[in-house]
Amino acid sequence: MSSRTREFKRSNDPPFWLLFSAGGMISALLLPVLIVLLGFVLPAGEVSLERVVDVFENVFIRIIVVIVASLAFWHAAHRIRFTLVHVGLHRLATPIAVASYGAALAGTVWVLAVVIFV
Amino acid sequence: MTVRKPYYERPSSTWWLKRWPYRFFMLREISSVFIAGYGVLLVVLAMQVYRGPSHLADYVNFLDSPVMFVVHAVVLVFALLHTITFFNLTPKAMVVRIGEKKLSAVMMVTPIYVAWLVVSALVALLFLL
Amino acid sequence: MSENTTITLEVARYRPGVDERPTMQLYEVPLRDDWVVLDALNYIKDEVDGTLSYRWSCRMGVCGSCGMMVNGVPKLTCSAFLRDLAPGPIRVEALQHFPIERDLVTVLDDFIDKLESVTPWIVRDEPEPPPEDGEYKQTPAELATFKQYSMCINCMLCYSACPVYGQEPEFIGPAALALAQRYNLDSRDEGNDLRAMVIGSQNGVWDCTFVNECSEVCPKHVDPAGAIQQLKLVSAVEWFENLPGVPSRRKK
Repeated sequence: MSSRTREFKRSNDPPFWLLFSAGGMISALLLPVLIVLLGFVLPAGEVSLERVVDVFENVFIRIIVVIVASLAFWHAAHRIRFTLVHVGLHRLATPIAVASYGAALAGTVWVLAVVIFV
Repeated sequence: MTVRKPYYERPSSTWWLKRWPYRFFMLREISSVFIAGYGVLLVVLAMQVYRGPSHLADYVNFLDSPVMFVVHAVVLVFALLHTITFFNLTPKAMVVRIGEKKLSAVMMVTPIYVAWLVVSALVALLFLL
Repeated sequence: MSENTTITLEVARYRPGVDERPTMQLYEVPLRDDWVVLDALNYIKDEVDGTLSYRWSCRMGVCGSCGMMVNGVPKLTCSAFLRDLAPGPIRVEALQHFPIERDLVTVLDDFIDKLESVTPWIVRDEPEPPPEDGEYKQTPAELATFKQYSMCINCMLCYSACPVYGQEPEFIGPAALALAQRYNLDSRDEGNDLRAMVIGSQNGVWDCTFVNECSEVCPKHVDPAGAIQQLKLVSAVEWFENLPGVPSRRKK
C-alpha cells in the first residue's frame, strides 16, 4: 500500500489553471465596472450610444473584448469542472473536463467570430 | 483476540451543505457561472453594436426592463463576490520577503485593490466622458 | 462557578466485529472552567467507561495525537475548552475522511504513505561529505523561507477539513504538500526535481481547489493552502519547461 510503489504521472492541468487564473484576475478587475456601466448606466440613458459604438468598433477594444470574454469562459470552465467532480460526479471526471473546456473553446470561437465577422 | 475491521464511509456529495465555510466556498465557485454569463452578455452587446444602430437601440431598450435589471443585479453581486475573494486569495500564491520579514497580507492585497479602483475609473471615463 | 454543573458529551463509539457502524453514546462530565475536551474524555475513561479508546499524549498542542471532530469541526481536543462549547451537548467523533479503527481512533496508514511520497528529507546531488568538513551552513534568512512549513505536527486536521481529500482519497493532501514545500525551499536541499513528479501529478497540487479550510483548522499556522498555491506556480512553470523542444535549464 506504500505510495513509493505508486506511479505518478505529470498532470496536464497547468495551462488550464493559468487560463483560469488569468481569467479570474481580468474578470475581477473589469467585470464590476462593466456590469454597472453597460447593465445599469447605459439602459438608463446616461451613456451616449455613439460613444458605445466608437468604443466597441475600435480595433484594440475588439481585441480586449475577445480577451475578456474568452478568459471569463476559460475561468468558469475550470471552476465548474472541479465543482462538478467534487460534488459526487468523480466517475464522470473526464467527460466533465472535455465538456467544460469544450464549451470554453466554443465560446472563444464565438466571440472571435462576432468581433471579426459581424 | 480483537478482530480488525476498520469502518470507512465515503463522505456524502452534500458535504458542502454541512458547514458555513463550505457553503461559502460553493457560492464562490458558483460565481464563475455568472462570470461566464456576463461574458456572454458582453459579446451579445458587442454583436448588437456591430449589427447597426437600430439593433443597438433595440437591445438597449431590452436592457431597460425589470427582468434585465434583476439579471444584472444578480450578476453584479456574484461578480463582486468573485472580485473580493479572488483578490484576497491572490497574495497567498506569492511570498514576498525582505530579509527575514514577510510582507503582510494587507500589504500584498492593497495594491491590487488600488489597481482595481484605477482600472474601473479609467473604464468609466472611457464610456462617460 | 458552581462545581455541580455538568455538560453532556455525545461520543462516537465503534467496536470492530461487534458494531456494524459507529453509534453515539452520551456521557455526563463535570463542566470545569479549565477543562478541555481531552480532560472530559480522560474523565470518562477513568471514572465512567474504561472501554472508550482514543489517542492523546502531550495534552498541550504540540504532539498532534488528539485530533478529533468536535461539533463537526476538526480540532485538537487538548485545545478545545469545555467553557467555549457550553452549554453543549458536545459531539465528539473520530477525525473524518479516515477509516475508524475503534471509537475515536483512526487508521493513519494513508497519511503516512502520503508523507513518505514527497521524499521528506534533505537530498543532495553528491554523497554527504565527511563530518570533519563541517555542517551545512544556513543563514537566518534562508531558514525563514521554509520555517513556517516545518511547524507541522502531523495532526491530520487539515486532511479532515479538506473536502477534496474526502471526495478523492488519492489526493496527496495539505500536510504532505506543505512538507514538500518545506524541503523544496530549504537551502540545504537539492531534491526539487525528485519531488516535482509527485507535486505535479493530478493527485498532487492539481486536485486542490483552494478551499482554504486546511489552513483555517491548522493549529500551528502552517498554511498548507498557501504552500500548495506557491507549488502550483512552480509546477506550472515546470510543465512548460517539460514540453518537447523546450531547452532544459540547469536545475537546482
